[in-house]
Amino acid sequence: MRDDPRIGELRAGALAVAPLLVGVIPFGLVAGAAPVDSHLGGGIAVGLSTVVFAGASQLAMVDVLGGGGSVLVAVITAWTINLRLMLYSASLSPFVAREPLARRGWMAYLLTDQAYAVSITRWSGGGHAAAPERRVPFYLGAALTLWVNWQICTVVGVLIGNAIPDSLPIEFAVPLVFLVLLVPALTSVPAVMAALFGGGAAVVCGELGGANLAVVAGAVAGITAGVVAEHLRDGPARREATP
Amino acid sequence: MNRLWLAVALGGAGTFSMRASFLLAAHRMADVPPLVQRILRQIPAAALASIVVPAFVRPDGRFSLWTPELAAGALAALVAWRTRSSILTLVVGMVVLVALDAL
Repeated sequence: MRDDPRIGELRAGALAVAPLLVGVIPFGLVAGAAPVDSHLGGGIAVGLSTVVFAGASQLAMVDVLGGGGSVLVAVITAWTINLRLMLYSASLSPFVAREPLARRGWMAYLLTDQAYAVSITRWSGGGHAAAPERRVPFYLGAALTLWVNWQICTVVGVLIGNAIPDSLPIEFAVPLVFLVLLVPALTSVPAVMAALFGGGAAVVCGELGGANLAVVAGAVAGITAGVVAEHLRDGPARREATP
Repeated sequence: MNRLWLAVALGGAGTFSMRASFLLAAHRMADVPPLVQRILRQIPAAALASIVVPAFVRPDGRFSLWTPELAAGALAALVAWRTRSSILTLVVGMVVLVALDAL
């Protein structure tokens, strides 16, 4: 049991997201505190964190509902912000194609920016860590750690409010850790193009007032740039080994 | 009150649908056409950059190349590139940002 590689992957997944937790904690506290401050109640805070489980969209919903906005506006805002999760779902799919349906179901429920980022980095890297039987344990280690952390922070936020002063910019930890995942991925011209056009389009989308769709717009632009760059380099796509 | 729980339920259902969209159909993704593979391959760099770049040049919702976040991020990128260490990158990036904010 102790030598089971799956246990090692579980631990590796948890370790991989550990630095991200630093940045997620204040966000989770706000997810708990904001609904209380907006007089929506602690129950709604916990409901949002367990049922929706997606920070930016939770805060947007609290903003709309707390300000007297309609259910429809709140829900559509949340869906818009979470559209990017479809891209992650697509990106992970080929790697878990042979897993049972129920397992893919809970993987979907636990899908977050952070769990996606560490898992796709791990699985794209090749070698032992990318072996099919090791994928789900790594994902579970990462995603479940984030989930538990999120629920605890929400409850703490409900009970004592946001205990972290605004002057401490620890949310910045999230883009910093994503940077560590992004940099090693920039090993080819197409990947660099995907990142340049992706980042650029995300900024432009935000400037045009569409910050909720910035990641989706960036991803679409980045994917297009990467595909064009690969086409120019290698010609039409050819069949290759599946992951 | 029920209005709020309706929003939670609908928000959650839609969000789960997006998360599940491709994962629940993944058994059909074991052998995808080459062009689809090529498209999927671009997602990590494109999506990560879409999160990271605005955090550096639009930290307060307004574009600027003169932000402490960009300076801290540039230095952190150098550390990330040389060391591949999350912890070291995190520490350098945060320390530089806090120091610049204090100036």
